[in-house]
Amino acid sequence: MSVGKPIERLDAVAKVTGKARYTEDFTLQGMKHAVYVRSDIAHGMVKSINVDEASALTGVRAIFTYEDVPDILFATAGHPYSTDPGHRDPYDRNLLTKHVRYEGDEVAIVVADSELIARKAARLIKVEYDKLPVLNTPERILADDAEMIHPTGNIVGAHEFVVGGDMAEAIKSSEHTLENKYSTAMVQHFHLENHIAYAYMEDNENITVVSSTQIPHIARRIISEALDFPMGKIKVIKPYIGGGFGAKQDVVVEPMAAFLTLKMGGAPIQINLTREECLSCTRTRHPFLGTAKGGIDKNGKLTFMDVEVVSLTGAYASHGHAIAQAGGAKACTMYPRSVIRFNATTVYSNMPAAGAMRAYGTPQVIFFVENMMEELALKAGIDPLEFRLKNAGLPGDINPLNKKPILSHGLKECLEKGRKLIDWDKKKKRYKKFKDGTIRRGLGVACFSYASGTYPVLVEIASVRMALVQDGSVHVLTGATEIGQGSDTVFAQMASETTGISTDKIKVISTQDTDFSPFDTGSYASRQTYVGGQAIYKTAEKLKDNILAYAEEMTGVLANRLQIVGDKIVLIEQPDKTVVTLKDLSIDAHYHKDRGGQITAEVSYKTRTNAPSFGCTFVDIEVDIELCKVDIKEIINIHDSGKIINPILAKGQVHGGMGMSIGAALAEEMLIDDETGKVYNNNLLDYKMPTIMDTPDLKCDFVETEEPTASYGNKSLGEPPIISPAPAIRNAILDATGVAPSELPMSPKRLFELFKLEGLI
Amino acid sequence: MITKEIEFTVNGQLITLDVDIRKSLLDVLREEGLTSIKQGCGVGECGACTALIDDIPMDTCMYLAVWADGKDIRTSEGESRDGQVSKVQQAYIDAGAVQCGYCTPGFIMTSTAFVEKYKGQKVDRDLIRKEHSGNLCRCTGYETIVCAVESCLKD
Repeated sequence: MSVGKPIERLDAVAKVTGKARYTEDFTLQGMKHAVYVRSDIAHGMVKSINVDEASALTGVRAIFTYEDVPDILFATAGHPYSTDPGHRDPYDRNLLTKHVRYEGDEVAIVVADSELIARKAARLIKVEYDKLPVLNTPERILADDAEMIHPTGNIVGAHEFVVGGDMAEAIKSSEHTLENKYSTAMVQHFHLENHIAYAYMEDNENITVVSSTQIPHIARRIISEALDFPMGKIKVIKPYIGGGFGAKQDVVVEPMAAFLTLKMGGAPIQINLTREECLSCTRTRHPFLGTAKGGIDKNGKLTFMDVEVVSLTGAYASHGHAIAQAGGAKACTMYPRSVIRFNATTVYSNMPAAGAMRAYGTPQVIFFVENMMEELALKAGIDPLEFRLKNAGLPGDINPLNKKPILSHGLKECLEKGRKLIDWDKKKKRYKKFKDGTIRRGLGVACFSYASGTYPVLVEIASVRMALVQDGSVHVLTGATEIGQGSDTVFAQMASETTGISTDKIKVISTQDTDFSPFDTGSYASRQTYVGGQAIYKTAEKLKDNILAYAEEMTGVLANRLQIVGDKIVLIEQPDKTVVTLKDLSIDAHYHKDRGGQITAEVSYKTRTNAPSFGCTFVDIEVDIELCKVDIKEIINIHDSGKIINPILAKGQVHGGMGMSIGAALAEEMLIDDETGKVYNNNLLDYKMPTIMDTPDLKCDFVETEEPTASYGNKSLGEPPIISPAPAIRNAILDATGVAPSELPMSPKRLFELFKLEGLI
Repeated sequence: MITKEIEFTVNGQLITLDVDIRKSLLDVLREEGLTSIKQGCGVGECGACTALIDDIPMDTCMYLAVWADGKDIRTSEGESRDGQVSKVQQAYIDAGAVQCGYCTPGFIMTSTAFVEKYKGQKVDRDLIRKEHSGNLCRCTGYETIVCAVESCLKD
C-alpha cells in the first residue's frame, strides 16, 4: 500500500546532485544560437530594417525578418485542439511581425555560432518604426475610435452568466448590498529555468524539438500548425523542466526553433531567452479590473454575488478570454446557494502577452469576491468568518453552473480547522486593543473553490502504457508531465496501490517524447493526479490482470486466487506463500519458447467528471502604519483536495502556492507605462519576487474528503494554494487598520497612498 | 580572443585550462560538464549558479573564470560520493525541499557552507534566511528549505 504515504520523490537524488539534465544541459556539436531582434516601442509598424552591419559580423550565419517567415497565423495557448471551430484560441500570431504590439515584440531573429555573437548582431540591426497610439487602459482600448491592435478588433472575448436564481429577486431579498471596485496586477511566473528550446533534423523530413515545456503533445500540434508541417514528422522531447507555473503551457520559442532548423538544413539551433526576455516577452498573469457586488439578507445569507471584470490579455491573446471564463466558473462552488452573476470582457492591449498562470484567472476573481464578502459582513455587522461558515457549500449542494451535485465539499471543515489552528476567536478579542497606534494587529480569512481539470470545456484525455521488464520491475510511460509538482512519484504510488507491486520496482519515465509517450495533453489545470490518475488506475488494473493470468498459465493456480505483493505473486489466502516471483514470471514470459510474450497494458481514458476542490487561508498580521509595511506573523492554508496521495509532496505544493500569493499580495507587479507601454522592471532587481527573507513561515493542513469520482479519492492541488492567501492578507489589513485596499499589490507604496488618503499618516 | 592559463580544483580534481578571459566561471564549469551550475539570470540575482569558492558561496555567473586560478571549487555533483548523497542533500530530500530542482544545486551549496560554518552552534530561522537570501526558489515558498537546513544543525 503506497497511496497516502510520504514516499521520497523519484527524481530527488537526480536533482540534489545536480545530475538531472534540463534542456540547456544537452549540447549538440555545432549547435547554433538564435537571438530575437525586439521592438523598442510598444505599438507601431516597421518602416525599415537594416541588417548590413549585423550580417557582416563574423560568426553570423543567418538573419530572418518578418518578411521571411510563413504567412501563417497561429495560436500559442496550450489547449487541446477543439473540434468546434468557434471554440479555438485566437490565431493571432506570426513567427515574426511587422506590426509590433508591445515593447519587446519580435521583428527579426539572428542565428550565429554563439549566443554572444548573436546578441551583438541583434543589437546592430537598425529598425525604424511608424509609431501607433499605445493602448493600455480599458477606456482607451475600448474607445470607438481606438486603433485596432489586431485586425479582428480589440475585444478578444466576452461573456456573461447568471445562475442560481433570479438576480432581481435576490437583490430585493437583501438587507444590505454593496458594490466596490477592485483590481489585480500583472505578475510573472518566474520559473527558475528560462524559456529554452532547441531543434534539429536527422534527415530532410523530420524535426526534433527539445523544449522546456509543460505540454509536449500540444507543442507538437502547434509547431505543425505554425509551419504547416506534418505533425507526424515532428517530435517534441521534454526533459527535466525548471518550473513552468503556466508560462510553459504555451508555445513560446518552439515553432521558431523548428522553423530555423528547417531553414538551415537541419542544423541544431538553440533559443535560450534571457531572464529579462522571460519577464516581459513571454507570458504574464492577466490583470483584472472591475467591480464586485453582493447582498446579504437578515439571516446572514449571501443572497447574490455579481462580478464584472475587464481582463487585459496584452499584445497577443495566448489563453485570452479562457482565463476570465475559467476564473468565473471555478469561483461558483464555494458559496453555491446564492445567485451568481459573472460578466467578463477580455481585451488586447500594448503590454506583454498574458497567458496561463497558476490557477488561471481564479486568483483574480476570488480576490474580488472575498474582498466583497468581507466588506459585506462588516456592513451587516456579522463576523466575516461566521458569514463564510454560514454560506460555505456542503456536500450535496448543486453546482449552480453545471447543475450537478457537489459530491465532496470540505470548505466548512477547512474553515473550522483553520479557526482552531490560528486561534481565531481568542485573537479576535485580543487584537481589539491593537487597532490604533503605529503597530496594529489584524486577522484575515478568505476561501476559494477550484476545479480538477478543464472538463466539460475541453477534452480531458490521459494515456498510460505499463510494461513488465525482464527483472520483474515495471516501466510506466505517460504523456503527463512532471514539472516539479511530483506527478511521477504520485503516479508510481497509484500504480503500486493498484497492482500491489512495491513503488521501488516502478519506474515512471520522466522524459516525454511524442514519438513514443502515450497521448496526454500535459500539465495544467491541476489535472494530472485527477485525470492522469484515472488512466494510471485503469492501466494498473489491466497490467495486474495480465500478470496474474500469466501466473495461472505458468503455475496452474487460478488467477482469482492470486495477488501481487511487492515483487512476488502469492496466494490471497496465504500471503506468505510465494507462487512465483515477478522476476521469474517475467523471464518466463519473455523467453519461454512456446508461451508468453512481453506483458504490457495500455489505456487511453477520457475523464468526464470534474470535482471541485476547496480551501481557505487564515492569516495573522502586524501592520506598521509609519513604514506602510505588512508583517505576516502566521499564515495557514487548509485544503480539501480529497485524499492526499503523498503528504510531503502535497505540502510542497501548498507552500509554493502560498509563497507566490504572498508575493502577489505584497510586492509583485510588472510596471508598465500607460502612455508609452514601456516595461520598467523586467529584471530581478526591480521585479520584487520574494526572497527567503520576504517569505514568512508557512503552515498548511488538509481536510481529507473522499472524492467518489476519482479512483484514489483525490482532487486538484497544484494550483489552488495560490488563490486565497492574497485576499486573506487584504482582509487582515482591513481588520488591522480599517483601511480597505482594493488593488494588488498592497506594497508599501500603495499602502502609503491609502493610509495618507484615510488620514492614518 | 585573449586567453589565460589557469589551474584550480573542482570537487577535489585538479583542472588546468587555457580560458577565454571573457568567460564566466559559470560558462567554464558547465563546459567541464558540471551542469549542476544553472544560469537563471546571469546577473547574480537568483543564485542558481552558486558554487563554493574556497568554501564561500558565490554566484559563478558574475565571477570571471580567470579569478578561479588557484582556488578550490565545490559544486553539488561533488557533494555526493560513492553513491551516497551528503547530509545536506539528504536533508533536502527528507524535508521535501526539492521540486523542479533547478535552484536546488545552488541552494544546496549555500546550505552546505552554512552548515559547515555554524556546526555545533545555535542558529535561528532568521539567520538561516539571512544567509540564504542570495538564492531564489519559486516552487517551495522556502519553507521546506529552512526546515532542511534546521534539521542539518540539530545533531
